[in-house]
Amino acid sequence: MIRPLFSLGGLAVASVLLALSLGSVNVGAPDLWQVIQGQGSALNSTLILDLRLPRTLAAFATGGLLAVAGALMQVLLRNPLADPYVLGLSGGAAVGALLAMLAGLGTLLVSGSAFAGAMLATMLVFGIAHGTGSWTPSRLLLTGVVVAAGWGAVITLMLAITPSYKLPGMLYWLMGDVSYARTPWPAMAVLVLALLLTMPVARNLNVLARGPLQAAALGVSVRPLEWTIYLFASLLTATAVTTAGSIGFVGLIVPHMLRLVLGNDQRIILPASALAGGTLLVLADTLARTVIAPEQLPVGVITALLGVPMFLYLLHRSR
Amino acid sequence: MSVLGTRELIINIPGRPDGSALDLSIEPGQVWGVLGPNGAGKTTLIHTLAGLLPARAGQVMLNGTSLKELKRREIARQLGLVFQERQDSFPATVMETALIGRHPWLSPWEHEQGEDQARANQALAALDVAQLSERLLNTLSGGERQRVAIATLMTQNPEIWLLDEPTNHLDLHHQVKVMSLLRDQASAGKAVFLCVHDLNLAARWCSHVLLLYTSGDACWGPVENMLVPDALEKLYNQRLTTVEVDGSLLFVPTV
Repeated sequence: MIRPLFSLGGLAVASVLLALSLGSVNVGAPDLWQVIQGQGSALNSTLILDLRLPRTLAAFATGGLLAVAGALMQVLLRNPLADPYVLGLSGGAAVGALLAMLAGLGTLLVSGSAFAGAMLATMLVFGIAHGTGSWTPSRLLLTGVVVAAGWGAVITLMLAITPSYKLPGMLYWLMGDVSYARTPWPAMAVLVLALLLTMPVARNLNVLARGPLQAAALGVSVRPLEWTIYLFASLLTATAVTTAGSIGFVGLIVPHMLRLVLGNDQRIILPASALAGGTLLVLADTLARTVIAPEQLPVGVITALLGVPMFLYLLHRSR
Repeated sequence: MSVLGTRELIINIPGRPDGSALDLSIEPGQVWGVLGPNGAGKTTLIHTLAGLLPARAGQVMLNGTSLKELKRREIARQLGLVFQERQDSFPATVMETALIGRHPWLSPWEHEQGEDQARANQALAALDVAQLSERLLNTLSGGERQRVAIATLMTQNPEIWLLDEPTNHLDLHHQVKVMSLLRDQASAGKAVFLCVHDLNLAARWCSHVLLLYTSGDACWGPVENMLVPDALEKLYNQRLTTVEVDGSLLFVPTV
């Protein structure tokens, strides 16, 4: 039962090593090993430890966060098509980030503003859905989708009135771009914390996936669990979006791919999502910065280009 | 041994007058059958008894304690349900489905152990679905799924069994098998409470019967006092013919 996690862990380590050695300058395995041991040349050390490592870890954490958040949202809404952004969170974050960019603020403030926007979006949907008293997943979903459409309109409006020289930065942010990441540590810490906190409730999530009545009949306090998952998934997504913009696709596809292969036990799916999501984003980011180096592509484009065929293949050969 | 009781209970059917308040005591060894036309509130009653729906008035008591004062997990160790309708948004195997019955018994970090597996296997075998244990639920027939749901309840192993139309979708052989399994469980000390549409199954296997009318009125008691043709004709608004076969009564609708 635990074995797939070891395989995914191995893949994750391999993807990180690959990402460290590839770039506009390729570093071979012997040199990389020297740097890891602390004996590399000054140039290689700077390149790998100061430039590539933070970015790679940020990509890994972001991918992991998105995939875990997606898995949680899919169980919460009992809808395999749910993703971390389905309730409008990325829209709120984008409005926050674009506002900060429009005002000409620095990267740190753009991130802070994005986080504030994401949490505002979360509270807004929470407030509206909660205020009406009895809510169902479809009601929450509908509220979120409509609020997301509202954010979409605001984003389009802002893009329309933005001076053209500021547009590329904004578009890259909207597509998702790991080069915005300053430090990987907050995202990494949230990812580890997320796994530690969700693992004890993972079996509750398995039961919740059978529907709220069945879950209550088996001893789950459904409503508190649902709101906790919602707020928690939102926090994870907000952290991811703050780190690297709104990268699509990872949160929808990774949990799905894993379910096709591993079944739907959240005790496996949640840690597997963290590992596979991280790996996918590390590989995508490596491609994004090497394909047309020294130019860089937005990583969100690559995740989709990599993920679509992978997903279709798994869907094709699944039971 | 647990007893499920109600005190002046009125279930909440929107727009319906209160009707009769229910003072039931569902005790170990008894098999209760709830009879009533569509929309009489059988499912609402079962959900209210499980604490999943609020009552309009009165209380549901588990061993003398109001359900409201108990945690869901404590309730789930003593009382379990088979629902009439089930959601399966995500694929799951038959074995995984039976094992979720162990949920109330396991601590947060605990995984299902050999003993839990053994219980699940035993339950699946008792319902003739052991050979399907690795199949996905959504590839099974309606009757097979119904038996898996009952096996899940059996794996949960509560003292009080509530079942909403457990014989739905079942072929004749499995109707008999399920009803005799429920009666055996009652003999072993469980209290069983089920909704059923088949008068003859109720007559054959239930020890007590509750008649639930669309008006909200209700009456209950030992099966021999309750299954009288007049009351049943009024209940279903349907003329019945009674025939005696091997010393027991059979009810057949008169067309």
